[in-house]
Amino acid sequence: MIETEQLTRRYGTLTAVDALSFRAEPGQVLGLLGPNGAGKSTAMRMIAGFLAPTSGTARVCGHDVRKEPTKAKRALGYLPEGAPSYGELTVREFLTFIARMRGLPRERAFLRFDEVVGRLQLEEVLDICIDTLSKGLRRRVGLAQAILHDPPVLMLDEPTDGLDPNQKHTVRQLIDAMARERTILISTHLLEEVHALCNRVVIIANGRLLADATPAELEGRSRYHGAVSFSAPGSGVSQEMLGRLPQVASIEVDPLDGRITVFPRPGERILEPVETLLRQQGLEVSEIQLERGRLDEVFRQITIGSEGRA
Amino acid sequence: MNPVMAVTRRELRSYFVTPVAYVFLVIFLVLSGILTFYAGDFYGRNQADLQPFFVMHPWLYLLLAPAVSMRIWAEESKGGTLELLLSLPLTLAQAMLGKFFAAWLFMGFGLLLTFPIWITVNYLGSPDNGVILAGYLGSWLMAGSFLAIGACLSAVTQSQVVAFILTMVVCFLLILAGQPQVMDFLQGSMPRRLLNALAHLSMLRHFEAIARGVLDLRDLLYFVLSIATWLIAGVLVLDLKRTP
Repeated sequence: MIETEQLTRRYGTLTAVDALSFRAEPGQVLGLLGPNGAGKSTAMRMIAGFLAPTSGTARVCGHDVRKEPTKAKRALGYLPEGAPSYGELTVREFLTFIARMRGLPRERAFLRFDEVVGRLQLEEVLDICIDTLSKGLRRRVGLAQAILHDPPVLMLDEPTDGLDPNQKHTVRQLIDAMARERTILISTHLLEEVHALCNRVVIIANGRLLADATPAELEGRSRYHGAVSFSAPGSGVSQEMLGRLPQVASIEVDPLDGRITVFPRPGERILEPVETLLRQQGLEVSEIQLERGRLDEVFRQITIGSEGRA
Repeated sequence: MNPVMAVTRRELRSYFVTPVAYVFLVIFLVLSGILTFYAGDFYGRNQADLQPFFVMHPWLYLLLAPAVSMRIWAEESKGGTLELLLSLPLTLAQAMLGKFFAAWLFMGFGLLLTFPIWITVNYLGSPDNGVILAGYLGSWLMAGSFLAIGACLSAVTQSQVVAFILTMVVCFLLILAGQPQVMDFLQGSMPRRLLNALAHLSMLRHFEAIARGVLDLRDLLYFVLSIATWLIAGVLVLDLKRTP
């Protein structure tokens, strides 16, 4: 479990993290979402014990990072931004060093080493210098380092940043597989990642918490939530007819591909009436879709609004 | 395994997988040989001791110890591994100790590799091996002091060059502190007591006392305390850097 309580960090007059309070429970993958420079990394660095908070505190599995830093660090696996590691060492040497630092007993160290190396498919690069590895492999070594001691809490700072789509997929699968009993906190500015991984999202900008919700709740805030869109090529769909439906608030036509989006009035469901209407009119519709809501739109709405206030 | 030992082992490993160790060892051995035989006139003195060998060490260390110590924190800080290291379960003091021990052991290893000169002097005459042992001990303690200064100053900056120069300047001042030229220069501009205190801070004075074979507790304490002080200062610097 990770808890932060009014966690604050100031650099001179700049407040990087401003009274941030949130909680991540076991079984949860919490996404810390925000534009670049929002304070995600600073918040994580404080939870990891690398930076000291100006005020407030964080707890990892109940251990206060200010009062019991070593206990908190023991419970935590942490992948810092950019996955730094000692490049002059080989993967084997590096992981051995981490096992020693984590105080793993010999037997267990061997077991965990094999397990982690297998899971991250590092067998073939074990005796290669980390410096000569590709970015994706280095990220995997960083992940291996973070999960070597099988921590109950995992914190990953932009785990898929700079990876190609295949590598992203592998890393996400891995996080997904580990999520069941652990608390996982990942930071990201990629919205697709939220969809793919997180079951809760904390949005921050300018160091402040702006939203704490499930991805579905966030999508619900989108004006696209519950909208129906369809393409009806070559047919003059009567916008007027659609507009006359009592549940419909407005209609938009994409000027590029002619796709029509129908927005509902608040609390109304419009998929059925729209379909019925289209059928009655005998219109050919190639495909019709109920929109869940667009995270990017909600994200922009939330974070840009805050910048205006700041 | 104890985290201090784990850090020490990793540091030593890093010395030896990069050219750092080999460049250092070769230059140290070559320079200490040259200085002993040419500048120290090892043969011409006609004395079976290692004075000319040890007397050059402060100057040798002035150049080489900062080169070893400059990377201790600056490199980690620059490469981002500091964040990794400090998120592992160890205290700042443990990290500092681990790194310092690695550097100190490494320089001790270099010192051990000068054994041919000890064999030489024993072959040529019959020196007092007790004095020689004391000389080695004093030399190693002095190396430790230089490294502790370097470890502290390396924590101050991300730049290894800055760490190198700062360390060199501080070590130079500490070597000079007790020299008669400096003392004469400062005479009159400083109260007598302060001047005395300054003279006692001199690295050279304490080293030479030990190297003569006189193991005075005060000289040993001087080195132990100066190592401890600089390491503690280094830990404070690191702690200061992580607090706002």
